[in-house]
Amino acid sequence: MSASDADVGAVVTGIGVTAPTGIGIHAHWQSVLDGKTGIGRITRFDPESYPVRYAGQVPGFAARERVPGRLIPQTDHWTHLALAAADDALGDAGVDPAGLPEYEMAVVTSSSSGGTEFGQHEMERLYRNGPSWVGAYQSIAWFYAATTGQVSIRHGMRGPCGVICAEQAGGLDALGQARRLARSGYRLVVSGGTDASLCPYGLTAQLATGRLSTVDDPTLAYLPFDAGASGYLPGEGGAILIVENGRHARERGAGEGYGSILGYAAGFDPPPGSGRPPALRRTITAALADARLAPDDVDVVFADAAGCPDLDAAESAAITAVFGRRGVPVTAPKTLTGRLYGGGAPLDVATALLAVRDGVVPHTVGVTRPDPDLDLVLGEPRELPLRRALVLARGHGGFTAAMVVGTSRRR
Amino acid sequence: MTSFTLDDLRELLGSIAGVDESTDLSGDIADVPLADLGYDSLAMLELAGHVQRRYGVPIPDEAVERMTTPRSTVDYINAQFATVG
Repeated sequence: MSASDADVGAVVTGIGVTAPTGIGIHAHWQSVLDGKTGIGRITRFDPESYPVRYAGQVPGFAARERVPGRLIPQTDHWTHLALAAADDALGDAGVDPAGLPEYEMAVVTSSSSGGTEFGQHEMERLYRNGPSWVGAYQSIAWFYAATTGQVSIRHGMRGPCGVICAEQAGGLDALGQARRLARSGYRLVVSGGTDASLCPYGLTAQLATGRLSTVDDPTLAYLPFDAGASGYLPGEGGAILIVENGRHARERGAGEGYGSILGYAAGFDPPPGSGRPPALRRTITAALADARLAPDDVDVVFADAAGCPDLDAAESAAITAVFGRRGVPVTAPKTLTGRLYGGGAPLDVATALLAVRDGVVPHTVGVTRPDPDLDLVLGEPRELPLRRALVLARGHGGFTAAMVVGTSRRR
Repeated sequence: MTSFTLDDLRELLGSIAGVDESTDLSGDIADVPLADLGYDSLAMLELAGHVQRRYGVPIPDEAVERMTTPRSTVDYINAQFATVG
């Protein structure tokens, strides 16, 4: 990496959203500012016999309108959501991949479950009818890297491609890798991610963590940092972001785009019972150091917001240790979507960049008895001059990541 | 004896492997390489599975190598019909 490439950094020039809050940046951002929830009773299958019956589902998504005909039967719903978001993100960035060198474009996405709905369908055919009934596309559709591969093929992007599977933290890890590639000279990286595991098999796998809320009321089930926190609700979808080398973006007139990825760090929790603290605090500190910023330079924190009392307390302690008690506005717009795993952090990063653009911190919906140590933004959006946002994400199993995004201009 | 036509193939390809926006399956495609129509070996394995289940004729995986165009595919499948009577 040349010094100049590192200095110009990585900018986000396009955003595509397929989330429970809506399809497209405008619908999503409007839902977030209005506090309009995308969580409702699961309709992708009959959830009656399950202990969790509510989730965030992408409203009005029709694969046949958004996905190339030949890819629909070959790929899972999760990849459909990502292909549509990738198209939107490229359009938003004003990029025509056909006009760019194929080896200078890369694809790095996050995925935590792979194609569970597709996989369940094929497994049903296996045990009902036998092996010869399992479709050939099962060999590629379930695979964690399927989204990355299909985006790469569809848009002719033959630079470094990969997938990161680190549950909710994976979205930041993917964007961290996208930033690394952009800074090392690759022109453009399609990054971010989606997940979609709202089928019986997918939901059952999620139940195994014991962290889903079984409260039978969609307005009360997912209340992060609230005295009544009982776990979280799952969701589907996410966001795809176009990360560009800053110099290339400037040369083609895209400027700073929505802002830069200024800092990133990843950590991993010590094993349970070790007595050592979780990785979040030092991961935040490392991300700030990577961005060469002080805590005072951060204007808002988009929390991981697990909604589980122990994880919320650990996150509150980490934020308070770095920023001081009530030292920085904290928000969790994922209360409108549920946790989206591989898609969650990219959507948070997208929302954070829109917040910086418009100078408004979206509020956390539903919480009425908040953790007194946090300045949780509640009730309505808070207008503030914003320069930089810190996005946090923790994945089941100990994955931890932190990313600073926003304007690179100093005060 | 059952016979398998080009239209049967068109219908099957469209339903199991989808159709590219840029591809017109209704045209004169008999001798166009399937790869050029957007159907790779995985699509042909998927097709082989459907033909086996629908018509009860064996289509071994190796047959996919001989199914390179719509015409050669239709011919192969009809030949298999003939072997099972």
